[in-house]
Amino acid sequence: MSTVQEERLAAQAGGGAQIWVRQLWPWVVAAILAILAPTVFSSGHDIHMLSSMGIMVVFALSYNMLLGNTGLLSFGHAVYFGLGAYIAMHALRYTNDAVLDGTGYGIPIELIPLIGGIAGLGFGIIFGAVSTRRAGVVFAMISLGIVGLVEASSLAFTGFFGGEAGLFGDREDVNSLFGIEYSRSISVYYLVVAWAFIAAVAMFVLRKTPLGWMANAVRDNPERAQFVGYNTQMVRFLQFCLSAFFAGIAGGLFVLVEEIVTDEAVGFLLSGEVLLAAYIGGIGFFLGPVIGAILVVYLESNLSAISDAWLLYFGVLFIGVVMFAPMGLVGIAFQQWMNFRSGGWRGTLLARGYCTAAALVALLGFICIVEMSYHYLRSWNPSQPMTLFITDVNVTTATPWLISIAIFAAGLGALLFHAKPMLRRAADTAGGQQ
Amino acid sequence: MLETIVFSLLNGLLYGMLLFMLSSGLTLIFGMMGVLNFAHASFYMLGAYFAYTMGLYTGFWVALFLAPILVGALGALVERWGLRHVHQHGHVPELLFTFGLAYVIEELVRLFYGTIPMDYRMPDSLNFPLFSLFGTNYPAFRVFVLVIAVLMFIGLFILLKKTRAGLIIQGSLSRPDMVSALGHNVPQVFMWVFAFGTALAALGGVVGGIHFVTEPGMAFMMGPIVFVVVVLGGLGSIPGALIASMIIGILQTFVLSVDFSIAHIGLWFGYAVPPDHFFATLFYLDSTRIAPVLPFLILVLTLIFRPRGIMGKREA
Amino acid sequence: MSTQNALSLSGVTKNFGKAEIIRGVDLDIRENERHVIIGPNGAGKSTLFNLISGRMDVTAGEIKLFGNSISGMSPHKVNRMGLSRSFQVTNLFPNMTTLQNLKCALLWDMKHRYAFWKLVNRQHAVTEKAEQLMEQLNLVHRRDVPAGLLTYAEQRALEIGTTIGSGAKVLLLDEPTAGMSRTEADEVVELIRQVTRDCTLVMVEHDLGVVFNLADRISVLVYGEVIACDTPEAVRANAAVQEAYLGTEVH
Ligand SMILES: Nc1ncnc2c1ncn2[C@@H]1O[C@H](COP(=O)(O)OP(=O)(O)O)[C@@H](O)[C@H]1O
Ligand SMILES: [Mg+2]
Repeated sequence: MSTVQEERLAAQAGGGAQIWVRQLWPWVVAAILAILAPTVFSSGHDIHMLSSMGIMVVFALSYNMLLGNTGLLSFGHAVYFGLGAYIAMHALRYTNDAVLDGTGYGIPIELIPLIGGIAGLGFGIIFGAVSTRRAGVVFAMISLGIVGLVEASSLAFTGFFGGEAGLFGDREDVNSLFGIEYSRSISVYYLVVAWAFIAAVAMFVLRKTPLGWMANAVRDNPERAQFVGYNTQMVRFLQFCLSAFFAGIAGGLFVLVEEIVTDEAVGFLLSGEVLLAAYIGGIGFFLGPVIGAILVVYLESNLSAISDAWLLYFGVLFIGVVMFAPMGLVGIAFQQWMNFRSGGWRGTLLARGYCTAAALVALLGFICIVEMSYHYLRSWNPSQPMTLFITDVNVTTATPWLISIAIFAAGLGALLFHAKPMLRRAADTAGGQQ
Repeated sequence: MLETIVFSLLNGLLYGMLLFMLSSGLTLIFGMMGVLNFAHASFYMLGAYFAYTMGLYTGFWVALFLAPILVGALGALVERWGLRHVHQHGHVPELLFTFGLAYVIEELVRLFYGTIPMDYRMPDSLNFPLFSLFGTNYPAFRVFVLVIAVLMFIGLFILLKKTRAGLIIQGSLSRPDMVSALGHNVPQVFMWVFAFGTALAALGGVVGGIHFVTEPGMAFMMGPIVFVVVVLGGLGSIPGALIASMIIGILQTFVLSVDFSIAHIGLWFGYAVPPDHFFATLFYLDSTRIAPVLPFLILVLTLIFRPRGIMGKREA
Repeated sequence: MSTQNALSLSGVTKNFGKAEIIRGVDLDIRENERHVIIGPNGAGKSTLFNLISGRMDVTAGEIKLFGNSISGMSPHKVNRMGLSRSFQVTNLFPNMTTLQNLKCALLWDMKHRYAFWKLVNRQHAVTEKAEQLMEQLNLVHRRDVPAGLLTYAEQRALEIGTTIGSGAKVLLLDEPTAGMSRTEADEVVELIRQVTRDCTLVMVEHDLGVVFNLADRISVLVYGEVIACDTPEAVRANAAVQEAYLGTEVH
């Protein structure tokens, strides 16, 4: 949610204590969810997924400090994540060596993400100085150039980056500040949760500081910001450095969870992924990147097992959001919620349900078509029956195709030509009655 | 030594010409519409795959013409039903739309063709050595690619300088706001320019797919380099794109073909960094390993020190 | 009235391509005076403001603020030296509320700068000052409305508020009353008179009633040149001015 909307809600809510409650409860709920999550998602694969979610949440939030808060579109944010991860990995390896040799204490494992953050900050200062002098397309392209530069260098400088194989470390031969064993992945998960909360709270609070306000100001009207005394380059630069710091923390957490870093951590793909996550969730809301990151990691680690087409679904989802819901999923939810509260749902409930149902039918048809296409084009023996939701179908016959296309067409047709006009009419009459 | 230089120059010229085929379309699209088309290299890839598939039925020569037209039509559809829709939300969503499109196109190509490279080859009629240099044969196909690129440049030049459509495009390259003032249907002009630009990229793909490999990663390989060319040449400038393509093409090829490192210079002066020194990696770094870094270095330096590039009129 | 110059322009010239828009303006504005610039549309008044405030670079000439050269300086530096301006076309932070816009205008001046270790809403001095300003501007009831949703007159008032809020020593106001009704304009003029009691005002204004009422001195800018600069009485009597401006169509 943008600062303005939060302020306005807070103003509506009135009294001081109430504001605190209003602002605190989402955090409490989030904390409870994070702590209880491993009881539901308890397999090794699931715990790993949860840890990855925590990392991605921090990373996506740090990304949104640029895109959402300052209006800087970066195609290379993984640079700070990855370089933070590499430095953290070196710290971890140094600690491993010290502990194994018995020569020293090394760095406590709980503080290794901080090393990543400091490294991210350092590289943020270096690269930020050259890239934040401009905003807009120039900034976007410099970020593209920097990520290309770093990714290509990571294969050239094998000493630091470990070449194609990457670098390994382990979280067993380390010391803990609190005497905790981190060999079990559940312990690392809780470490990730702790750091993710610290980072998220810090990033939330940062938006309410003078710098955070002026970042919004510079995003919306850089000229006016100059005429109230602010150097827009400086605002962008500081936001960029802080954002790189949090990206570095995410990178440090990544090292502890994965115990390996490769050049992928500094590359184009991860940079694109964090952009997708933040945007799908909604860049105008603090919660947006959080939801986006959780969704992306969930899809990645589950959908990829169920369907070969998951990247396609992912791309289509992204394009859909860009085209039809630029405010992101959280934006849609927020809009509907406001609409609901102001009574906009009254009298249109049926039409709304119909719209949703039609959309779901179209989606079902679409998924069927895509899945069958993958089976037909990609499997060794297309005539072998494939399981599609509840039935087995033979994709070399026409029937399943016709049915799928019919489902898709019926859903889409109903949505566009019947349900949507109906919703509009219902909204009009309901509005007229008020 | 001379042999290496001559061949590097020839191959660099060829690579540069291929880059030009891609970048001319991209620079046109950016110059007019202000859209930095991330999916441009994906249309290049589609050109290669379409030409391969069509070539199976119609032969290479028909596919050479049909594939770009088909891709151009696809480009028109993308502009009409996608880009135009997000245009109202501003430049960032436009950029993101093409970014997502690149993802989806790559996935679709994987879906239809799989991940292994296609057996897309030059036609037999071009599969002979045209001349030989230093005892090495130079294939006719490469000369053919050069000819196509030169024809394309001449064609573009005539189109932009001598025709009415060209004048509109040129005018709007320098003053996009003026097109509508002159009473032209801007959305339609945009659609045609986008279609035309993607068709040019596809033409590059038809020949590039043969020269390199036709596989789903080819768009991702080319995409960033094409950006470098367009920025270095100056956004919106076709001659700039040509010059920048040549610079990048020849530079890349040279760095790859000569075995060189800072150590060579050092040793001339009788100086060497000990192998365990901190800067040893940099000192002994082989030029072939620097090659992939080079375009990005150029991109960043250009944007910092000369954002308008070599020939650009406006800054990015 | 002190006689030190708050602003002094010497030989200031601005060309856009081949077009000479400002042609060698020499102008001294004394400390604490209210100086109004009048002139026909397109004379270059807004351009002159853009040059002084650092939004545009001069082609030639020098601009001094309290004796220090500011030509070629970036806008934020000029602002920090004590010069603040408003725009002819409303230029606010449209997504921020009235209160937030005013706070943004105060932050730098109240020494909060780029701080990222304190919360804006805990800076009670800022809030107090902003609320006080809001009262002066008659915008209290619009406290939490985004600037983009205010009426035109309210936006103009807020524009003036963000300009005067930071306590600059020199104010440049570009047609602050343009497009307002008579009563709205009177209120704004009264506000301007109040807040400029001990600072320097340079203002572009078309309404001659306002001009002669408010100005200590008047400059007349025609085609990029100052053809007269004197007290209201003297300007009214100036034949050249009457011919070039007052006698003809009045904007
Ligand atoms: N950025 C610019 N580029 C070119 N011409 C400009 C620019 N800004 C102003 N002008 C021209 O300068 C002249 C003076 O404009 P302006 O200063 O706005 O006049 P005024 O405020 O006195 O009405 C006008 O003819 C206008 O067209
Ligand atoms: Mg004006």
